[in-house]
Amino acid sequence: MTALLSVQNLSVSFTTYGRTAQVLHNVSLDVPEGAQIALVGESGSGKSVTMKTIMGILPIPPARIEGGAVLFDGRDLLTMPERDRQRLRGTAMSMVFQDPMSSLNPVFTIKDQLGTILKYADRRLGRDRNTRARLARVHEVLAQVRMRDPERVAAAFPVQLSGGMRQRVLIAMALLSEPRLLIADEPGTALDVTTQAQILKLLKDLVRENRLALLMITHNLGVVRETSAYTYVMNKGRIVEHGHTAALFDAPRDAYTRSLIAAVPRLTGREA
Amino acid sequence: MEFLGFLTRRLMWSILVLLGLSIVIFTIARVVPGDPARMALGPSASAAQVADLQEALGLNEPMVAQYGLFLAGLAQGDLGRSLLTEQSVNADIAKTFPATLELVICTIIFAFVFGIPLGVVAARWKDRWPDNLVRALAIGSAVMPSFFLALLLQILAGYVLNILPTTGRLPASMDFDATITGLILVDSLLTGRLDVFAQAARHLLLPTLALGLATMGQIARITRASMIDVSRQDYIEAARAFGVPDRLRMFKYMLRPAFVPPLTITGLEFASLIGNAFVVELIFSWPGMASYGIRAITQKDLNAIMGVVMVSGAFFVFVNLLIDVLVGVVDPRVRIRGGRA
Amino acid sequence: MNHPDAPQQQALSNAWQNWWRFSRNPTAVIGAIIVITSVALAVFAPLIVPFPDHIGAFVDFRNRSQPPSAAHWFGTDNVGRDIFSRVIYALRVSLILPVVVLGIAIPVGVTLGLLAGYFGGWTEIVIMRITDIALAIPPLVMALAVAAVLTPSLTNSMLAIALLWWTWHTRLIYGITRQLRSQEFVEAAETLGASKSHILFREILPNCVSAIAVKTSLDAGFVILIGAALSFLGLGIQPPTPDLGTMVASGASFLPDFWWQSVLPGCAILFVALGFNLLGDGLRDLFDVEDVR
Repeated sequence: MTALLSVQNLSVSFTTYGRTAQVLHNVSLDVPEGAQIALVGESGSGKSVTMKTIMGILPIPPARIEGGAVLFDGRDLLTMPERDRQRLRGTAMSMVFQDPMSSLNPVFTIKDQLGTILKYADRRLGRDRNTRARLARVHEVLAQVRMRDPERVAAAFPVQLSGGMRQRVLIAMALLSEPRLLIADEPGTALDVTTQAQILKLLKDLVRENRLALLMITHNLGVVRETSAYTYVMNKGRIVEHGHTAALFDAPRDAYTRSLIAAVPRLTGREA
Repeated sequence: MEFLGFLTRRLMWSILVLLGLSIVIFTIARVVPGDPARMALGPSASAAQVADLQEALGLNEPMVAQYGLFLAGLAQGDLGRSLLTEQSVNADIAKTFPATLELVICTIIFAFVFGIPLGVVAARWKDRWPDNLVRALAIGSAVMPSFFLALLLQILAGYVLNILPTTGRLPASMDFDATITGLILVDSLLTGRLDVFAQAARHLLLPTLALGLATMGQIARITRASMIDVSRQDYIEAARAFGVPDRLRMFKYMLRPAFVPPLTITGLEFASLIGNAFVVELIFSWPGMASYGIRAITQKDLNAIMGVVMVSGAFFVFVNLLIDVLVGVVDPRVRIRGGRA
Repeated sequence: MNHPDAPQQQALSNAWQNWWRFSRNPTAVIGAIIVITSVALAVFAPLIVPFPDHIGAFVDFRNRSQPPSAAHWFGTDNVGRDIFSRVIYALRVSLILPVVVLGIAIPVGVTLGLLAGYFGGWTEIVIMRITDIALAIPPLVMALAVAAVLTPSLTNSMLAIALLWWTWHTRLIYGITRQLRSQEFVEAAETLGASKSHILFREILPNCVSAIAVKTSLDAGFVILIGAALSFLGLGIQPPTPDLGTMVASGASFLPDFWWQSVLPGCAILFVALGFNLLGDGLRDLFDVEDVR
C-alpha cells in the first residue's frame, strides 16, 4: 500500500549572510494512511524544516530545495502548481501549530478566526457554505476537541481561554476541513505536563475516530512512546534510524538514537 | 468589568494630574519675582492704586489661601479674572477655545486618514521605493519646524499660487456665529449653511496641513513599524499556512492588532501638538486660544496665562483618557485584563 | 580562547563591528556628517565667517536686501548684513540649547527613572505621577508661561524646556529598569550584597546607555526645533545677536519678495534638526533599540 505522504530524498539548503548551509540531507519518511508516525530530534536537527517543506510554508529565498520529492497521494507537492498545492494546504493536509499563546490572533474571536479559515478553505475546494453553516461547523469542530461549551468558546477571545483550551482550538483549526493528514508540531510543549498529556490523548482519540494520519514532530521521547507506532530519528539533517517505536526503543541500532534514549531520565528503579 | 475599573482608576489619576498641574501653574505664576498688580497697572500707576488692586486680587493673603481661592474657583469652572481685559478668563477662553478645538480635531483626522494607509503601504513594500518615500516623508515632516512649514505654505498656496485663504476661519465678509457646538464646520452643516461650510473648509486646509503633516508622518512611521512587527507574529504565519489570502490578511488581520501603537503614541505626543498649534494659529491669524495666550504672555496677564495652561493640560488629559477607551475597544486584551498591555 | 588580552580584544572587536554596521547605514552616516559639520561650523564660527562684523549691530543700507550672490551666499537682510555669516553664528545659539537642556534633563531624568523603576512602591508612584503631570504640559506653552513670568531670554527658555524635558527620559529609563529589575544579573548582585547605588549605576545603567544615546540624539533635534519656535515668537535670545528663529520671524514680513531672509535661516534649522534625527535613527537601528522615540 503506498503511503499517504511520502518524503523521498529531500535535500534543502539555507543561505544566510552569504553563506550556504545544507540543512536536510536526503531525508526520507513515509506516513501511511491512518498511521501515527513520529519524527524525533533535538532542536536544530532539521525537523521543523522538514515539516515546513511538507506543508509548503518554507520561506524560499533563504531556503532552497536542492532535490527530492514530497509525494502526497502520489503527487509530488514540490513540482505541483501553487494553486493546486494551496488547495491541499489546510484541507487534506493540515497542521497543528506549536505555541497556543502566539498562534492565535489576539484581537479576533475564535469563531471569527476559524470561520475565516473555513471560508477560504471552502472556496478553494469549491464548496459553498453560508455563514450560519460555517458557524455550525466551527461549533462542531470545537465539540470534537472535547470543549464542554463550544458556543461560549467560539464567541471568546484567545485571552479569555486557558493554554490547554487554546491548544485544543489549534487542533480544531486543523480539523476544520476534514484533513487526511495531520502534522502536529511539538504539541503541548508550551503547556504543563498534565495538560500536555490531555492534549496527546485527545490527538490519539481523534486520529482513531477520524482515521487520520498523524505525523508528530517532537523532541520529547516520552511523547513518542505514548503516541506513535513508527518513529523516525533525525540528527543534523539526516534520518539516522527509523523503526517501529517499541522495537526502536528496546534495541536502538544507531549511536545517536542510543544516546537520545539514554538521556531520558528513568523514574523507575529498574534497569530498562 | 475589569475595564470599567481600569477607566475609573485612570479617571482618578487624571484628576490628580490636573490638580498637580494647577499647583505647578499657580506656583509659577505667584511665587515669582514681580508684583502682578504692579505689572497689570504699569509703572505709572500710583502706589495706592497698586495697593487697591493687590487687595482686590487677594494678593495679600497667605499663599496657601490664595491657592485655595484659585482651586475653589477652578472647581466652579471659574478661572479668575483676566488682569487685562477685566473679563472672566473663563469667558475669554470659552470664546477662543472652539477655534483651537476645531483645528486640532481636523488635524488629527487628517493625520490618521493619511498616516495609517501610508504606514500600511510602507510596511507592505518594505525597503522598496514606497517604503523609502514614506520614511523620507516621515523624517522630513518630523524635522520641519512647524512655523517654517506654516510660512512656506502660506507663501506658496496663498500668495504665489493664490488659491487658498491664509488668515482666519472665514472670509472677512462672511458672518457666522457657531452657537451650537462652536465648531464652524459642524454648526454650518447643522444650520444648513453650506456656503459657510465651504468657506470654513477652505480656511481650514492650510493650517491643518501645517499642523498635521508632522503628526501624519509620525503616525505613518509607527503604523509601519507596528505592521512589520505584527507580520512577524506566529498567528499571521499560521493564517498563511491555512491559506488565508494575502489581501485579507493584510488589512483585517494585521491592521487591527497594529492599530494600537499609533493611537497610544498620538496620545503621548498630544502635548506637542497643542504647542505647535500655538505657533500655527499665530501665523494664520487663527482666532484660537493661542492668540489669546500669546497676548496674555506679552502683557503678563497671569490669570489668563494660568487659564490657558490649565485648559491645555486638561485637554491633554482628556484626550489620553479618550485614547485609553479607544484602545480598549480595539484590543480585547486590554479590555478584559483591565489595563494597558 | 583564554587569551590574557581577551576582554579588551572583545571590546575592540565590538567597537569595530559597531562602526562597520554604522557605516553601512547611509542615512546614519549622513546624519553624523551633518551633525559634525554643524558643530564644527558653530565652534569655528569666528574664524570662518566671511563678514564677522555683520554679526552684531551693523548697518549698510546700500547693500540691504540683496539676493544671494557670490559675495553674499545667502544674500543680505533688510539692514545690509550678510545672512550667511549670521546663520553660521546663529548655529552657536541653536546648538548650545540642546547641550544645556539635555545636560540638565538627562541626569535628572535618568536618575529619577532608575529610582522609580528599581524601588517601586511609593517612590515609583510619586515620581511617575509627577512625570505624568509634566507630560501634560506642552513644552512650548510652558516656555511661554515662564517667559511671561520672567523676562524673555535664552536662559529662561532653556530653563523652561529643561523643566519639562526630563520627563521623557524618566519614562524611558523607568521602563527599562522595570524590565531589568527582575533579571538574574540584578538578583545576583543583590544576593552578593551590592549596595543600591552600585546596582543602579553599575549594573542597570550600562544597559540603558544605548537607549539614552539614541534618545539624546533625537532629542537634540527636537530641542533645537522648540528653541527655534520660541525665538520665532520673540522669546529667545534677543537681537541683535543672530538667532535662526528670530531671523525667520523678522524675514517673514518680507516674504515672498525677499524670500532668502526668512527661508534660508529656516532651512538651516531644518538641516541641523535633520542631522540629529538621522543620526538618532541610525543609532537606533545600530543598537536595535525599539521603544525609543
